[in-house]
Amino acid sequence: MNWKLYSLATALAVAAPLAWGEASVAEYRAALADKDGNPGSLIIEKGGELFKSPRGPKNVSLEKCDFGLGAGKLKGAAAQMPRYFKDTDRVQDVESRLVTCMVTLQGFDEKEIKAKLYADHRINEDNTPLEAMAAYVYAQSDGMPINPPMKHPKEKEAVKLGEALFWNRYGPMDFSCATCHSEDNKRVRLQALVNHYNKKDISATVSAWPTYRVSHGAIRNMQHRMWDCHWQMRLPDIDYGSPAAVAIIAFQANQARGEKFNLPGMKR
Amino acid sequence: MNHVLTLSTLCAALTLSLSAHAGDPKAGKPDPKLRALVDQAIAASFLPGEGQDLSRLKQDDTQRICSDTRNNPDAKQAADITAREAGNIKHPENGKLMGDWKKGEKLFAAGFGMRIGKIEPDPVAKQKGGNGGNCYACHAADPKEVAAGNVGPSLTGYGKLRGTGDDIVKYTYEKIYNPQAFTACSSMPRMGHNGILTPEQIADITAYLLSPESPVNK
Repeated sequence: MNWKLYSLATALAVAAPLAWGEASVAEYRAALADKDGNPGSLIIEKGGELFKSPRGPKNVSLEKCDFGLGAGKLKGAAAQMPRYFKDTDRVQDVESRLVTCMVTLQGFDEKEIKAKLYADHRINEDNTPLEAMAAYVYAQSDGMPINPPMKHPKEKEAVKLGEALFWNRYGPMDFSCATCHSEDNKRVRLQALVNHYNKKDISATVSAWPTYRVSHGAIRNMQHRMWDCHWQMRLPDIDYGSPAAVAIIAFQANQARGEKFNLPGMKR
Repeated sequence: MNHVLTLSTLCAALTLSLSAHAGDPKAGKPDPKLRALVDQAIAASFLPGEGQDLSRLKQDDTQRICSDTRNNPDAKQAADITAREAGNIKHPENGKLMGDWKKGEKLFAAGFGMRIGKIEPDPVAKQKGGNGGNCYACHAADPKEVAAGNVGPSLTGYGKLRGTGDDIVKYTYEKIYNPQAFTACSSMPRMGHNGILTPEQIADITAYLLSPESPVNK
């Protein structure tokens, strides 16, 4: 199924080099905000089909997966994540929980799942099933306020840890997340950077992920964003659903608390 | 009049940015328990394997203090950092701190490289430093380059304002080599100390910033 809207992607890609002045950048962003033309919706639809299909060695669907509100209860679940799960005894986001269910319900091998996490945009690959299904789970919280629980000690700890990791400087560039993401109106080249301490800024970002990235021709979830930033910091690959990645996502969700999901987003 | 206004606006802005950290959630105090949690999380979150280099996760003392204080070291910590970092600055073997501004122009813009991992590593030859400074990511310089970032201050007209005296040449070279020799916990990477640029390349960029011939100063 050709679910990429090539013409739109091309139009936006062509618009990018024109984005020299601030006005052009604003126009470009306005074009990206057009939800009706978002190819991400088609990927989410595909993710839903995959989610409901029997897959894996046990040949069952993921419809019994518990994202915190009970087995199979997806509506609003992502808006209340990351959260603590008793069965794994850790705080999990949508994506790490999805892996748990693929292993426990469907019998997949975790290493095999993680062998191919993301679509390679350099060769115009389609999103992986994992990416599409994660986006689908998030989309079931569209329109709902971001409100992860802060009751369990490990939930509180994750937010605190995530913030400390946000300030952790390491690697050959001496960067932390905060180097680029703790002040208003900063840009790398022409790319605007979200200030995690500006409620409006961080809310607009968190509520728009998963997001369709035009430059990737693919939908991207927050785990990919974590990987991408750490890769640009010249660090090794951060592990999918790892404690550090989930903690930073917990910090972000806490900063964006109360904002309603507006999914899928569309970005550069 | 204009100058006075500009200056007072600048001072106000500077005061604001310096005081922004007082009593806000960004101002950090070292917390050994939290530090232990961070170290544990990092150890569990980056896996060894093909293309990975876990040695990059290891912090030096400067990175650690800057992390734990959220870039607000106290006076003693700041003095320790600037002294330590000043001590590791190396000059080019030929002793010339002003290189070739034309080479510097290219190095200022270039910067891809040093990215590792299994998912999207740079070619192995580019994984070491020496590819360029990627300075436009954060700094304006040549006014014709409009796609410049603003995480760092604009360097347009940098040399025009400062001349090419020995002191400013030395300061500029050393500031690029190791910004934390001057400002503890500066956001800028320690370009020379961390091996992002060679001493010769830093001398070329110094020339690009200072030479009256350079487009930065036209």
